[in-house]
Amino acid sequence: MNKKTKWGALAAVGVLVIAFGWLIYGGLDSNVVYFLTPKELAAKGEKGFDVPVRLGGQVKPGSVKWDEKALDLSFAVTDGTGEIAVHSHGAPPQMFKDGQGVVVEGRYGRDLVFQSTSLMVKHSNEYKAPAKGERPAEMYKSLMKSQGT
Amino acid sequence: MSPAPANAFGPPKPLHAAFGWITLLFFVFTQAYAVATSPADALMGHLQKIMYVHVPSAWVEFAAFGVVLLSSLYFLWKEDERADLLAAASAEVGSVFCGLTLVQGMIWGRPTWGVWWTWDARLTSTLVLFLIFVGYLALRSFVEDPHRRGQWSAAVGIIGAINVPIVWMSVKWWRTMHQIQSNPRSLSPEYLRGLLLNLAAFTLITAWFIWRRYEAARYERAAEHVSQAAALGGYDG
Repeated sequence: MNKKTKWGALAAVGVLVIAFGWLIYGGLDSNVVYFLTPKELAAKGEKGFDVPVRLGGQVKPGSVKWDEKALDLSFAVTDGTGEIAVHSHGAPPQMFKDGQGVVVEGRYGRDLVFQSTSLMVKHSNEYKAPAKGERPAEMYKSLMKSQGT
Repeated sequence: MSPAPANAFGPPKPLHAAFGWITLLFFVFTQAYAVATSPADALMGHLQKIMYVHVPSAWVEFAAFGVVLLSSLYFLWKEDERADLLAAASAEVGSVFCGLTLVQGMIWGRPTWGVWWTWDARLTSTLVLFLIFVGYLALRSFVEDPHRRGQWSAAVGIIGAINVPIVWMSVKWWRTMHQIQSNPRSLSPEYLRGLLLNLAAFTLITAWFIWRRYEAARYERAAEHVSQAAALGGYDG
């Protein structure tokens, strides 16, 4: 390959790289927001109702209500400034607890309750052994039991 | 071009074999050490152990694709076919570890998150990275002419490797389901030691895989040259 074609090939690669990057990741910032915070969803007003959306935040401590017989779960998702009531069906993942980060998929109803079709528990980048006397598996059980009706 | 060396398909040289065995033993030790010495995590219990294969797999996948990037650039610059073969070997090994990273992540995600898969920026960009390099390997098998194969696959390899920093930064740039990278402050020392040892073991294993695959590729290429020359009627070796 002579010098001219070599630079031509390099230029072609450069163009491809930019085009490819733009195609796949261009506008990802504005378009692919994985989840909205409660404050952001509330701020959407009319446009936020009855459309498929993901809502993320922490489970508000003390807000969890679990009906064992109906498999009915209600809790509030908060980001510290705003909060939204969430209703979902079925038992949550094992790591679900007060203060835990969660992402729910579903629709925000006009009754100001978010109807969740899928509940995911977010894990932080922290890993530590349980403190003395802390029994993680039982924390889940006691949370789910004490809320039973 | 000289014909393939006499030991073309023979066993590895003693020093090579020793490196392979030591690496394998070290890997077995680091896995056992990490699993045996780390307590159950406060939240996820022993699910945390997946960290010792998932994180190192992701790291060596990035490193292998980094080798693809450098050797592809070198190939386009110098036209040295050894660089093309090294890129191909690294792409193969990197793709295997990328696939493993995805599967291990899913196995961890199901009990932790509650889902096998979700389309967040980290998972999606990793899948894109995997598919590009699967495409890279497919492309190599479709192109007959070694020189053209080298140029085309170098272009794809470079584009693919551009993805590596995007995958790495995805958890910082965008809101994702996947957590950001752990660091010595967010990781208790009893987990950190095992993780660092396994990062070292995976790096050595990957170097060994790429090395052996590269050697095999050299022999394959030598055979290719021979058959090409024979087809043209010009080879008298």
